[in-house]
This record gives sequence, C-alpha cells and structure tokens, in this order.
Amino acid sequence: MINYVAGVGRYWIDFLASVGRASLFLLNTLTALPSLFRRPALLVRQLHAIGVMTLSIVLVSGLFVGMVLALQGYNILIDFGQENRTGTLVALTLVRELGPVVTGLLFAGRAGSAITAEIGLMKATEQLSGLEMMAVDPFKRIFAPRFLAGFMAMPMLAAMFSAVGACGGYLLAVVALGVDSGAYWSLMQSAVNFIYDVGNGLVKGTVFGFVITWIAIYQGAESIPTSEGVSRATTRTVVYSSLAVLGLDFLLTAIMF
Amino acid sequence: MHGDNTELVRVRDLHFSRGTKHIFRGLSVDIPRGKITTILGPSGTGKTTLLKLIGGQLRGNQGTIHVDGLNVASLKRRELYQLRKRLGMLFQSGALLTDLSVFENIAFPLREHTDLPEKLISHLVLMRLHAVGLRGVRDLSPAELSGGMARRAALARALVFDPMMIMYDEPFTGQDPISMGILIELIKTVNKALGITSLMVSHDLAESLSISDYAVIISEGLVVEAGTPEQLRSSKSEWVQQFLQGKPDGPVPFQAAAPDYETELLGSLDRSGS
Repeated sequence: MINYVAGVGRYWIDFLASVGRASLFLLNTLTALPSLFRRPALLVRQLHAIGVMTLSIVLVSGLFVGMVLALQGYNILIDFGQENRTGTLVALTLVRELGPVVTGLLFAGRAGSAITAEIGLMKATEQLSGLEMMAVDPFKRIFAPRFLAGFMAMPMLAAMFSAVGACGGYLLAVVALGVDSGAYWSLMQSAVNFIYDVGNGLVKGTVFGFVITWIAIYQGAESIPTSEGVSRATTRTVVYSSLAVLGLDFLLTAIMF
Repeated sequence: MHGDNTELVRVRDLHFSRGTKHIFRGLSVDIPRGKITTILGPSGTGKTTLLKLIGGQLRGNQGTIHVDGLNVASLKRRELYQLRKRLGMLFQSGALLTDLSVFENIAFPLREHTDLPEKLISHLVLMRLHAVGLRGVRDLSPAELSGGMARRAALARALVFDPMMIMYDEPFTGQDPISMGILIELIKTVNKALGITSLMVSHDLAESLSISDYAVIISEGLVVEAGTPEQLRSSKSEWVQQFLQGKPDGPVPFQAAAPDYETELLGSLDRSGS
C-alpha cells in the first residue's frame, strides 16, 4: 500500500517537474522572439519549411473533407427538401470545427514530427551543444524561429483548409449533384458570421498552432540523444499534439459557441 | 602545476553527479597556458563532462572552475557567451550544421557575432579552410565529407575567432591512419603557430601523448596521476602502468564486481538439483 502511494506521489512529482520544465522552456522561447526582428530571414525560412511544405497535404485533405461533407449533408438535407443549404452546412462545419481540428492533426503529423525529429537529431549530433559553445543561443537561432513560424502558419493553413473545403463542397454539391450555384454561395454567405464563425475558427487554429509547436520543439530539445530517443520523442509529439488539439477543441467550443 | 600562475584553467575540488552516480569527487586540475594538455582516463570517467563543465554547459555541484581568471559557474549568461567566444570546441562528431555548406559552417560564427563585410568573411574562411586543407570542398555539405574531413572542417570553424583555447573531444576516435596523422599534425601546428592552449580528452594514448606537453589521468572522479608524458610513463603506480600499457587485468579488474563465482555456480546446481 505504501509503495503504491509512493509510486503515485513519484508520478505526480515527475509530472509537475516536467510541466515546470516545459513552462520554463516556453518562457525562454518567448523571451527569444524579439531577436527575430533583427533576423527575419530565419523566420521566413521556417515559415517555408513548416507552413509552405505542409500546404499540399492540407489543401488536398481540405478538398476531400469538403466533398465528403457536401455528400453527407446533401443526402440528409434532400430528405427535408433543404439541399440548397448544403453550402451552409459545409462552411459552418469547416470554419468552426473541422478546419482547425483536422489541420491541427495534419500539422502535428507533418510539421510537428519534422520539428521534433530535426531538433532531436541536432541534439544527438551535438549541433545544439556546438551552437552553445560558439556563443550562439539555440533559443534565438533554433527554437524561436520555429515556434513563431508554427504559430503563424497554423491559422493560415486552417483558413486555407476551410476555403478549399468549401470549394470541394461546391464541386460535389453544385457540379456533381446539381444544387443551385447561387443558393450554395448566397446561403453560405448569409449563414456564416465573419467574427463569430470565421474569427473563432481562426482563434482555434492559433491556439492549436501555439500548443503543437511548443510540444514539438520541447520534445525535440528534451529528447534522449539516440536514434531510439528521437524516435520516441517524435511519436510523443504526434500523440500529445493530437490529444491536445482534440481536448482544447472541446474546451474552446464550449467557451465560444 | 598547482598554484602555477600560468594556468589558463584552474579546477578546484570539483564535485559533479548525474542522478546517483558521482562523476567527480573533488577533482582539482590545472591546464597550463599555451601548452597541449591531454586528459586521459577509462570510458565513462567523465572526460567529456569535464570539457562541458569548463565550457559552462554543465554546472558542478561543488567546487570552482576558473577559465582565464573567471569563475565559470558565477558568470551571467551574457558573460558566459563572451567567454565562449574566446574558446573553441571540437566535438567528437564535428557538430557541423547539416543545413549549411562547409563554407557557411566556417563563416557561421563570424556572421553571428560580427558585421564584417562579405569579402572579409570570405577571406577569413578561405584562410582557415586552406590551413586545414579543405579549401577545395568548401561548397560540399557536411554529409558529403568523410569523418576526418568533418573534424578538420570543425577545427577550421573552431579557429575562425582566434580563440585562446581549443578543447578537443576525442579527436582521433574512428579515424584512419592518414586522417589521424593529419589531425595530429594540425593540432600540433595550431598550438605552436597560434600560441593557443589546447585541451584534449582522448582514449588514443600513443597519439595524444606524442603531442602533449602535459597529461592528466583521471579515474573515479579524481586525478590519478599528472605530469609530462615521460613522467607518466615512468610512474610507479600499478594503475597507471596498467592503463598506459593496456593490460586487461590488474588494479582495474577484468571481472566486473560480482558475487563469488564458485558459490554462484554451486548455488545454481543446488537449485536445479532440488
């Protein structure tokens, strides 16, 4: 019994210690952000690596998700004679929920894992130690540009996912199933509020970008510098980020809508 | 060497632990200026850890490390970075940045810390690359270099700021004879020509002692023996002789600590018979 209590206590102490380390790590990263004003090229390079390189998978997924939503929505709405509202259903589902959430999951799998693996390998090959010994702060040179790039890229990717999804819905509903084109767009336009729906969706994307990039960078920097350690850290990034996206989505939805 | 005013690094009563493992238990050692000093010792004895402690990447639990009169543990981040600009470190893996070419790797510290014109940076980098014989591979990526070339490129990068000391972490490990010969010659030349202090940790006794002015053997967190290579070779310590001659058994036993062999074997027989 005492061993069990001690085990639970040790688990919580370790957990709180790791939360403290991650928070300090975030604080150091945030403190390093102003240095990017002097080195914008570092940010631009990471925006390309993290944002642009994730674009293709986000756009393709967005197109298919939009088409699936339109198909499912059409099949239900036609029973009530409301198939003209397919665009509304597609748009609201995308901008409020699926845009930020699915983009968050894709971003964690594509960009988050890449960030962790890159930083973990930099640690394993002593590049981070090398930077420190050259009097170059890894927080300014490595972590801050990646963090800000992820934070900026994620809401943009989520918005593009939703936009392409709406187009995918149009292709299926209007071009393939014969819904009226004017009704598709005009009913969508009247039902979707820019601040309430699009704005809140962008807030979700921003929060997810913040959390996913934080997890990815921290896991890379804290990884055990071996091939197995980097592999485990990459897996942890995807698992923790995905769970964080889904958990935070529920929380944010409860607050926002 | 203790108490000598010419030392660049002075370590006193250093204690350092990782978890429950005590790596240093009161280590005191001096690194003289302008000389090549080698730290020797068995694997896992904390040689690389000592370099990280001197460079301020790790903090000791107790004791002091002074580098050029500065107490490393008490330095603020900015002061520590100022000190590191005067130190070069050659990592075992080279630690070249894999997303930059060889040229850009050497130019990296200059671009990070100075506003020198591109032409001057180019000249400085080419001079360093020429010194290590790699001017012809400036445009290759680090992944395209052999292990020996990567270490020479890393040496060129460590030299680019004209440091007062270079720390070498196992510079000869995994090198073919030609690469090893080149590295030995480079370390010797750099030390003599530039008058900088060289601190090397190594397993390769013959190679490292052949160029060292001074050597320190550490084991179990303490200095076992220190002196010139000749003094070490003539040491009367059985431990030192076993280490220098690579004898498999001696004061450092071949067998890891274990229960009595006979008892263990007979015990297992009893168990299987019952």
